[in-house]
Amino acid sequence: MITMLANVTVPDATVFVIASLIIIGGALGVVLNRNPVHGALCLVATLFGVALTFLEQNADFLAAVQVIVYGGAIVVLFLFVIMLLGVDKSEGLGKEPLKLQRFLAVIVGCGLLATILILAHINWATGATSASGPVSSTTTPNINLLANSIFTSYLLPFEATAALLVIAVVGAVVLARRRTVVVSDSFESPSDSQDVIHDPDGDSGASDSGQDEESGVSDSASGTSDDGHPQIDRLFEGNEEPQDTEEEESLT
Amino acid sequence: MSISGNWYLVVSAILFSIGAVGLLVRKSVLVMFMCIELMLNAVNLAFVTYARMLNDIAGQVVVFFVLVVAAAEVVVGLGIIVSIYRSRRGTTADDLHILHG
Repeated sequence: MITMLANVTVPDATVFVIASLIIIGGALGVVLNRNPVHGALCLVATLFGVALTFLEQNADFLAAVQVIVYGGAIVVLFLFVIMLLGVDKSEGLGKEPLKLQRFLAVIVGCGLLATILILAHINWATGATSASGPVSSTTTPNINLLANSIFTSYLLPFEATAALLVIAVVGAVVLARRRTVVVSDSFESPSDSQDVIHDPDGDSGASDSGQDEESGVSDSASGTSDDGHPQIDRLFEGNEEPQDTEEEESLT
Repeated sequence: MSISGNWYLVVSAILFSIGAVGLLVRKSVLVMFMCIELMLNAVNLAFVTYARMLNDIAGQVVVFFVLVVAAAEVVVGLGIIVSIYRSRRGTTADDLHILHG
């Protein structure tokens, strides 16, 4: 350990120690914070620390992209969703139904860490350097080298990422779109369907999961068998109504 | 002389383990997503470190692609979370029991 730190200059060591502290402290904050908003802010700290280590290792462009894309876009998206859904209340490590799970998770984490460190110590790297160009040179900056590699050797994966982004955008639109009820001519009135839904709730004292599934199944079954009208999207829409009524019943 | 790459790999391993433990421990799906981001960042850090150690730009190219995939994954994942919240009024992993088959 001493020999590994022998030739390190003081500024390099200082930057590394500060970056490591920011990274690990931020990561612990993400895991341990009760409030998801605070967790997202700790995630920003971790991302900045990682960007700092990128800067120190000749990855200038990636450090900038790390700050812009991760810290600027992804975390803001997280915060948007947290505040849009209003789940920024304290629900954290206090109430955990599975007592054994946390213990096992820590054991798994320690085993994972030990495995990674042992595997890294074996040093599987073959030593064959510069298969696709050097990281840094005295004449060409890092961003030019990276762009050369991306737009020549890795052009096909780059275009595949374009397709991936388009697919992600379309998927997000499809998922976020509010579903509309697709019914052609005659439509079962909501009061009828709610009566049908309420039946299993009143009869059986089953758990929440059982009630939800039963109500969903009975809803779809009633839509097709009783009246004979095919209802396409009623199954998904019907899930909202019994959930609300169950909550009211549990409150009263 | 700058810091040896081994130290960065140690930090990367610790970060990955913290992310994995958080993914196993937490119940909120949003926090689980953040822990996945932590793990992705740990892998990115390892890639950049190996790129410097082996003097090979391919490691940084992989990090670039991982960034793109992470962005796409977050977009779709948060869309799924919003969709689940609409129908279930909650975003914990227990609200996803409809997926248990």
